Amino acid sequence: MIAEYKILRKHGWQFIPDVFAVTLPESYQQGRPIITELAVANEILQKAIENCPTGALSGQADALQIDLGACVFCGECQRICGSDKIKFTNDYQIATNAREGLVVRQGQHPPIRLQPDKIRKEIRSYFGGSLKLRQISAAGDNSAEWELNACSNPNFDMGRFGIEFLASPRHCDGIVITGPISQNMAEATQICYDAVPNPKIVVLAGTDAISGGIFAGSPALDRSFLDKYPIDLYVPGNPPHPLAFICGILDLMRSRKK
Amino acid sequence: MDTRISPNASFHTDAVKLTLLQSSGAVPLEAIPVLDYADFYDLLVERLANPECHCLTYYGFPWRNEIRCLACIADDTHHTVEVYAYALPKSDNLRLEAISEKIPAMHIFERELAENFGIDFFGHPWLKPVRLAWNRSDLSQTLRNYPFYAIDSESLHEVGVGPIHAGVIEPGHFRFICNGEEILHLEIQLGYQHRGVEHLFVQHKKLTQRTVLAESIAGDTAVGHTWAFAQVMEALMHLQPDETTELNRTLALELERMAIHTGDMSALFVDVAYQLGSAVLGVLRTPLINFFQQWCGNRFAKGLVRVGYSPYPLQPALAEQLDKMLIAYKARYLQMMEHALSLPSVQARFEKNGEVSLAQMQTIGAVGMAARMAGLARDIRISHPFGNFRQSPIATHLKEGGDVWARAHLRHDEILTSMQYLRDHLPKLQPAVQNIPTSYPALPAEHFALALTEGWRGEICHCAVTDQHGEIAHYKVKDPSMHNWLALALACRNLDISDFPVNNKSFNLSYCGFDL
Repeated sequence: MIAEYKILRKHGWQFIPDVFAVTLPESYQQGRPIITELAVANEILQKAIENCPTGALSGQADALQIDLGACVFCGECQRICGSDKIKFTNDYQIATNAREGLVVRQGQHPPIRLQPDKIRKEIRSYFGGSLKLRQISAAGDNSAEWELNACSNPNFDMGRFGIEFLASPRHCDGIVITGPISQNMAEATQICYDAVPNPKIVVLAGTDAISGGIFAGSPALDRSFLDKYPIDLYVPGNPPHPLAFICGILDLMRSRKK
Repeated sequence: MDTRISPNASFHTDAVKLTLLQSSGAVPLEAIPVLDYADFYDLLVERLANPECHCLTYYGFPWRNEIRCLACIADDTHHTVEVYAYALPKSDNLRLEAISEKIPAMHIFERELAENFGIDFFGHPWLKPVRLAWNRSDLSQTLRNYPFYAIDSESLHEVGVGPIHAGVIEPGHFRFICNGEEILHLEIQLGYQHRGVEHLFVQHKKLTQRTVLAESIAGDTAVGHTWAFAQVMEALMHLQPDETTELNRTLALELERMAIHTGDMSALFVDVAYQLGSAVLGVLRTPLINFFQQWCGNRFAKGLVRVGYSPYPLQPALAEQLDKMLIAYKARYLQMMEHALSLPSVQARFEKNGEVSLAQMQTIGAVGMAARMAGLARDIRISHPFGNFRQSPIATHLKEGGDVWARAHLRHDEILTSMQYLRDHLPKLQPAVQNIPTSYPALPAEHFALALTEGWRGEICHCAVTDQHGEIAHYKVKDPSMHNWLALALACRNLDISDFPVNNKSFNLSYCGFDL
């Protein structure tokens, strides 16, 4: 008992007080990218586009863009073009509810936020106070799953906001999919979704889930589930950062306090 | 035989030509003699009867008009890898005598060959599909009609769990046959995670694509798998990464081991309802993976390993920060663990729970942690050293019990040893710059390459074969879980079913690494 009290004292408070106001280290290069207007030789841009593993970087010299729904955050384009041209920042708030909101364009640097008019009305009225989620790993590589688990640890402590992952879909308000959805998980994904009572939300966590990521085009996938239902939140990342996930879910549930 | 990349000319022994590699290397495919199956069978049975030898991988690939099959056997005494081959015509009616009858550890590889090419290995006890790959030879075999083992008895019942489990974890199906609360038999059916990884290594032509793919084979083992991939490419390209790169990779591998083991200890305490231990170890994992975030931008070290160079060479100032963090970690970690492991409530749930024997692990060909916790000395860092382990060996640990207690204690020892290895080597880092290669050499035509690493789960083996144009024609990945899932099934026999979760966590095997 005394030993455990000492351990508790040594660790003290661990939770992050304000999940919207964390400053990640500068070296964190998995956040919102910035593409500047700096002129860069065309062959360098072409090399960057050519080397992009998922085709997330595209466009012409005066109109480059990065689709965060496809980006695997490997940093190859930043390495080739230089960080004066393309810079992945430490802004971890990159979740949004509009697929096109994940496209970052040259010279435009607005923060990535949810589009309030696109949030289905029932979400905030039903789930504004608490949200219980069923996670489905549909061929996820286990890094996104680790990060979603981390959301509930004493550091990120998502439970304090009334957000929890539960075991039974019957007790849940929606599903969170990780992974590119293999053929072999397609049926289980559907069954699990069907078992969640209405109304329900669908969240895609991680680049693999949003676009297939590096697995896009694999003959072993079956992504037809995603064509059937509206997607309420996209959380990019390889894997998604716990803060990106928590901030995105909170913005979906309620407006930020001013 | 002392240079790593250039391998190793073949030599003759007892009239059989052997192809020998070390922890990585490439040879022309034609240097690997194609044996008759009968000779291949005899040789493998003879070699694998030696407890110092085990099969790293055994697989087939389409080659011209035939199916070429390769077996790579690790010899721990001589620190070598022997490669044997045979060829089969493409046919609907292939029958071969199963090696598994004599060497049960080969069972999983023969199952995979049967699934991929329709080979009927007669005498095989359990020729079921492995992962129901999209390109399996018999598409009428599905997850729905998988032939589970069943016992016809009114006093027994079955419990099916998965593919979706209670927690946030990967999918797989566990089928228990129980007598009341007691598990008589557990069958583990996987395949839900199959993404076509090996096919994508061929379909994707860019090196950046293949590297990112290697990082995603098992996202919890990004360093282990990507390093194996990098070594395969470097062996084919005759690139020798500089010492800084090798040291960086080695340190990253050990930090990855520490981080995952710490998270796993937290998970073990969850399953024995020790909340404080779970919370504290969950918290202690955070600075470890956050250090990866500082080092290379990603908490799972994705991006840290690249073919031929180190994109984020660890600088002395950052290394010093890591050292300070490890000192702080160690004090908190030991305070927690010494207390937790002394608690009767923890001991009662760990000790004698899920025991497997050394003989069982030898029989099934267990590797890595699943071998060492039962006293079987298998550690590629020792037997086939790579990276900085060649100049500066690391200690490996063996446990005897083969139970959850042994698996927990092995993790505990490995965390401390990896930490010490990191702390011993951090001062050796000099200021370094990125040596990004301006271009990469083309791959040689018709070559075979192999590379081994020891990830936190155990040995990882990657193999590649190039075609006549120097394109990758086939890529093969073996995660240690390929050998080790059966160990979990054996550990659960005669346990109460409520002890399954803590046993599952204590192995923490990979679903996606197995399903590919």
